[in-house]
Amino acid sequence: MLVDWFIVLASIGYLLVLFAVAYIADKRAERGAGITSHPYIYALSLGVYCTSWTFYGSVGRAASSGLDFLPIYIGPTLVFILWWLVIRKIIRITKAHRITSIADFISSRYGKSSRMSILVTVIAVVGIVPYISLQLKAVATSFNVLKQYPEVIAPSYSPPIATVADTAFWVALVMALFAILFGTRTVDNSEHHEGVVVAIAFESVVKLLAFLAVGIFVTYGLYDGLGDLFAKASAYPELVKLMTFEQEGAYTTWITLTTLSMVAAICLPRQFQVMAVENVNEPELRKGAWLFPLYLLAINIFVLPIALGGLLQFPDGAVNADTFVLTLPMAHHQEWLALFVFLGGLSAATGMVIVATIALSTMVSNDLVMPALLQLKWLGLTERGDFTGIVLFVRRSSILLILFLGYAYFRFLGESDALVTIGLISFAAVFQFAPAMLGGMFWKGGNRSGALTGLFLGFIVWAYTLLLPSFAKSGILPLSFITEGPLGIELLKPYALFDLQGLDNLTHALFWTTVINVGAYVFVSLYSRHSALERVQGALFVDVFRYADQGPRSQIWQGSALVEDLFNLLVRFIGRARADRAFSNYFRDRGLERRRVTTADADLVNFTERLMAGAIGTASARVMISSVVKGEAVRIEEVMKILEETSQVIEYSQSLEQKSFELESTTRQLRAANERLKELDRLKDEFLSTVSHELRTPLTSIRSFSEILSDHPDLDEAEKSRFLRIIVKESVRLTRLINQVLDLAKIEAGQMEWVVEKLDVARVIENSMEAMSALLSERTIQLEKDIWANLPAVKGDRDRLMQVIVNLLSNAVKFCDPDKGRVKVSVRRSGPELVVLVSDNGRGIPWISREKIFEKFHQSREGLTDKPHGTGLGLSISRQIVEYFGGRLELVESSNKGSVFGVFLPVEEGKDQIQVGE
Amino acid sequence: MPQTVLVVEDEPHIVDSLSFLMKKAGFDVFIARDGDAALRMVESCPPDLMLLDIMLPRRDGFDVLKSVRSNPAWRDIRVILLTAKGRDVDRLKGMELGADDFVTKPFSTKEVVRLVRQHLGVEEKTA
Repeated sequence: MLVDWFIVLASIGYLLVLFAVAYIADKRAERGAGITSHPYIYALSLGVYCTSWTFYGSVGRAASSGLDFLPIYIGPTLVFILWWLVIRKIIRITKAHRITSIADFISSRYGKSSRMSILVTVIAVVGIVPYISLQLKAVATSFNVLKQYPEVIAPSYSPPIATVADTAFWVALVMALFAILFGTRTVDNSEHHEGVVVAIAFESVVKLLAFLAVGIFVTYGLYDGLGDLFAKASAYPELVKLMTFEQEGAYTTWITLTTLSMVAAICLPRQFQVMAVENVNEPELRKGAWLFPLYLLAINIFVLPIALGGLLQFPDGAVNADTFVLTLPMAHHQEWLALFVFLGGLSAATGMVIVATIALSTMVSNDLVMPALLQLKWLGLTERGDFTGIVLFVRRSSILLILFLGYAYFRFLGESDALVTIGLISFAAVFQFAPAMLGGMFWKGGNRSGALTGLFLGFIVWAYTLLLPSFAKSGILPLSFITEGPLGIELLKPYALFDLQGLDNLTHALFWTTVINVGAYVFVSLYSRHSALERVQGALFVDVFRYADQGPRSQIWQGSALVEDLFNLLVRFIGRARADRAFSNYFRDRGLERRRVTTADADLVNFTERLMAGAIGTASARVMISSVVKGEAVRIEEVMKILEETSQVIEYSQSLEQKSFELESTTRQLRAANERLKELDRLKDEFLSTVSHELRTPLTSIRSFSEILSDHPDLDEAEKSRFLRIIVKESVRLTRLINQVLDLAKIEAGQMEWVVEKLDVARVIENSMEAMSALLSERTIQLEKDIWANLPAVKGDRDRLMQVIVNLLSNAVKFCDPDKGRVKVSVRRSGPELVVLVSDNGRGIPWISREKIFEKFHQSREGLTDKPHGTGLGLSISRQIVEYFGGRLELVESSNKGSVFGVFLPVEEGKDQIQVGE
Repeated sequence: MPQTVLVVEDEPHIVDSLSFLMKKAGFDVFIARDGDAALRMVESCPPDLMLLDIMLPRRDGFDVLKSVRSNPAWRDIRVILLTAKGRDVDRLKGMELGADDFVTKPFSTKEVVRLVRQHLGVEEKTA
């Protein structure tokens, strides 16, 4: 069943699904419902790190050198966990400067140097093309292995003579198609390729599932779990070696591989693409930082078991270990599993190729082709109206070109090394970016000359110690190049440069490239001139978090440009609609009217430059902008120097101002505190004298009449008894006053003893009214009540609440209409509050006094001359009681027809019904 | 013609007792319940002596005293201040404003009657 056409059909089917996923994601994004900002999608898209190299090659490496496959995954794990902040900084810089690729990143840091971006692009292309060809090779090899089903043959792959009959060719073509369709829809690369990212995330899932499926099949299908597998393997001494570190130099290899892969996880163009350029939100990184390592862990769990299983099943070495993932299911007639594995490998390969070609094509078009085209005056491009078509054409051609190069490399050189070795050569190439990139982010001293020199020399040494020997191995160069050195010069042997021996080839290469690259970068940076722009860009990169709010302002343009010119320039690169939108937004954000502004300020020039950078790269954008802006850029050193001095003076005077302001504020606070103390003292004094006054008043009456009675025994009986009644009444008043003053003192001192319980307010009111009945019966007063049923409970002290109600009722009785007195009590619920309203039909209280009446000893003296005075404390105490239970006591309403007092009590939470015991 | 005493006081029971005492002592008694009423009373028929409470509604005792003393025609009116606060500041302030004497509540009825008589130059009757 697994014949050619079926496998091809399945592959096409899979790719169609991929197209559909990408298409749907793009459509969603157009509707503004993109999902790439989801942290899982982000983490999965980072999984593009795991290529067919992981899928097939890890097992191969594990089978030949044991745990050596692991560092490739430990590296990125370390990066995402330990260098989390570094990545955040990269993302921040990328967004702030609308960086479109790693070449853009590095060249932008070093003064938007076009030489820099060309060099980076060349290195990236030369370094990554073998990697792409590796993917093509993996797909072709796995296809050829699979179609032999059920035979498991030693896959010695030899490409057919005719290219059209070659699987790899067609694979490359389909991938190019995909990359063109979904990677070059718009010119602005700082915009996101939603479809691509989601498709990549989807592929990450497919390859993980396929790999886990084989792992489980081998571990639990062919053997009884890991224990059984390892036990069986332990019987063979050569297999035991794979599980330990016994090989010589294993530690240096580990360190080398870990270092390489740490850098690769950031500097590989495709990783930079998904990690920084496609990143939608910085916060995704937080989750990605642990999800991605988790993904790496998952895809590595079964590497060693599969390798051991393969070595046990095919002991004679007839089967290439790189194909164990595929051949193990085949040997056991699991055709569906085998097909699934093939598709998993295909997904791993396509994912890498698509992202890598998009990233590389952006670099090639922005940093190589476009600047060159713009330089060629005779093409007349700078006068041309619309650039978008050209940019897209260049980018699409670049994709085809890169895939063609990959295919060519595969056709002519692909047979020499195992998968892993080719991959590592690529890693070592992008490793050359690390000093310039990381150094540039943290060291303002690094400059363009240093970075260029370091990068260039590093690249040369890389080519000499890794690339050329691999050519030699595949026969393009004589093998003596490796064994005897070029022209027989032993000192220049590429694997033992300057007689450095005892290291594996990779560590050897890494050592020399690092020494020379970093050395040149630092040395030249220290001893060469920094241009103004470099210095500014350096500061903007290193201090990106400080400048984040201001946006990148790399160039201070002294001259002026016409808004119209800038606009027309922009239209040529990003199209009229988008340019229109961008300018409209720009002016709207600044509250300007676009029609009124004719001369562009530096801000607008920078804005335009950044927009163009998104389309054609920073270096080209700078060239284009300077063609429009008249006049020279100010010498930045001078500006910086002036700014620095000014800012120092400003800082100093600001700190002085700050100091004196603080002093002033402290003085003010002290004064206020002092005033407050005085005020409190005065209030206390006032209170004491008021209390004294209030107590003395009834006492005066009592004493006077007592003395009168005792001094005038001849008074008539009626008068005697009237005087006695006064004495009794005033005694009662005095007692009440003393009680209330004590109450108040206790509440205010926090010494009141409260008996807090859940209260049925309706019942408290009934009780209060009963207590009042004696007083009410003395007068003809109509008392109404309106109490809702099923009222919720409130928290309070029964006696105190009664005190409040009685106080309000007696006030109402006292102040209601003297002839047709009417007092009404109503209780109802209003939202979270229980409301008790006590109203009377008296003369009302002037609205202006609505708060005064709650002050201590405030007494209504009007119209009451013949009535016994209250103490002036009742309302004050009542309010304090109600407030103690979180409620309010207010005069709700007052007019000449009467007044209404309201008690608002918070309803006991969670209990809607009364649950009062007794 | 008996001498007149104006009782200025807002507490009804205290008014009661003072007017009883003054009448018994043989004076004619007028009553005012607040500061404004007191001044109106002084204007319409100036008394020989005022028993003037300090804490009064609307216009306090000090204010009334000041007005009385500011008019030369009323310079001869004796004024005895009544206070329930019993603070020295009040006593001092009252004396400065030209009060003739000062009584602190709760007062001794005998003392009040004695003071009134003293200031009006009336010989004490034998009790």
